[in-house]
Amino acid sequence: MPKIKAETKVLEGNAAVAYGAMLCRPDVIAAFPITPATSVLEYLYSFSAQGLLDAELIEVEGENSALSAVMGASAAGARTFTATSSMGLAFMFDVYLAVSGSRLPVVMPLAMREQPMPMTLAAGTSDAFTVKDGGWIQIYVESCQEILDSLIMAYRLAEDTDILLPVNICYLGFYLSYLSQRVEIPSQEEVDAFLAPLKKMERTKLCLEEPMTFPAEIAPADPVFAEYRYKHCAALGRAKQKLDEIDKAFGAAFGRSYGGQIEQYRTEDAEIILVTMESTTGTARVVVDSKRDEGLKVGLIKIRLFRPFPREKLIEALKGKKAIGVIDRHVSFGWDCGQCFIELKALLSDLEAPVPLVGFIDGMGGADITKEHLERAVDMIDAAAKGKPVKETTWLALE
Amino acid sequence: MIKFKSRFESSWADPKTMHILPTGEWRFQRPVIKAEKCCQCGWCYIFCPVGCIEDRGTYFEANLDYCKGCSICAKVCPVDAIRMVREEIR
Repeated sequence: MPKIKAETKVLEGNAAVAYGAMLCRPDVIAAFPITPATSVLEYLYSFSAQGLLDAELIEVEGENSALSAVMGASAAGARTFTATSSMGLAFMFDVYLAVSGSRLPVVMPLAMREQPMPMTLAAGTSDAFTVKDGGWIQIYVESCQEILDSLIMAYRLAEDTDILLPVNICYLGFYLSYLSQRVEIPSQEEVDAFLAPLKKMERTKLCLEEPMTFPAEIAPADPVFAEYRYKHCAALGRAKQKLDEIDKAFGAAFGRSYGGQIEQYRTEDAEIILVTMESTTGTARVVVDSKRDEGLKVGLIKIRLFRPFPREKLIEALKGKKAIGVIDRHVSFGWDCGQCFIELKALLSDLEAPVPLVGFIDGMGGADITKEHLERAVDMIDAAAKGKPVKETTWLALE
Repeated sequence: MIKFKSRFESSWADPKTMHILPTGEWRFQRPVIKAEKCCQCGWCYIFCPVGCIEDRGTYFEANLDYCKGCSICAKVCPVDAIRMVREEIR
């Protein structure tokens, strides 16, 4: 089997996913094509045909089977991989919950797409946010390089004995899945060395030598059910610190790191903060720079880890700020604001002084979150900081 | 300090820690055996679809935690040692 050498290539997001997956040497891959994650599969089958990828590729008839196959393989101790998006994710929902409840370290990138209806093949974050309470770890990434790097980190996180949880690497479909960027591909030796600590880690596996029942049904009202949920939450809690550690270790090994749970940009002396996720952050950096040139002390926080929620890190980062604004690319039905807004709203009471929070909804259905939109948003956050009345949620494309 | 019941992180069970569910709860009739009549041919043991017939040394008997009351054992018994009796409301 030829070994992957370190090289720099121009890759689209889905190719970065495929390279990242291949470098982690999964034993079993089962996935079903769905826009905009389809080319992940095409790349992986092509790698397999070229003899670069030594994995069992299972052709399944749908996403529900894809994640089921992966779940079984993972229970038997295999390193597994699958990818999906939107309706595919919806079709695997029952298994999605079973995988996390079974504490299986599956890694599944999500090429985020709107969850129809209204029917569309366009970017949006409603699929990933709909399943945010499914018990998975969710990491939202900004660039093609970050996809590849986060995938390698995801296996280190998922398979750690202290964690044992499945991980979603959420990247925006279309914008990132089909965007070509310069990506540094690490060598197989480097990735092998980074993942080597996992070889010493044990986990429960299905095997013939030691018979086990999995999943073992729990009798109604048996408190062991609550015990498993308690352990699940405790593991999610540990994942926060662990991601920071893994991010640092990745930086030391590869020279690139992303701040772990959250990434801060020009926040140190900032008075107002713009909070973003996924690839919206790229445009937001440009807007922060231009507003800084105008003399406005604005900073940017990119939330990478959304589940578990980086509460402690955000409290620290938002200390002493005068106003916070948040961009969401989806809406929470019944709240008229985004999920990230709700989470930050819950966090406000943890801050020392009351701070105004302004929400923005934009970029739905594949629409651009433009520089002009973000400039308007920053101006509104600034107005809120100055005590002027500002609407709680603004739909930037409509209002 | 919380005292955990299971050594596993999720619903796994080995033979020692298995949480056993009695699956014969909804039975409406039960097999009653006349032990002295039993010829120990083992037909009931072989034909029982849930495998709940146990060997008691000189006769065979259904484990009522798992017996669903299908009456196959009574049908196949060559010496009519098994009789089905209606379950009463407890």
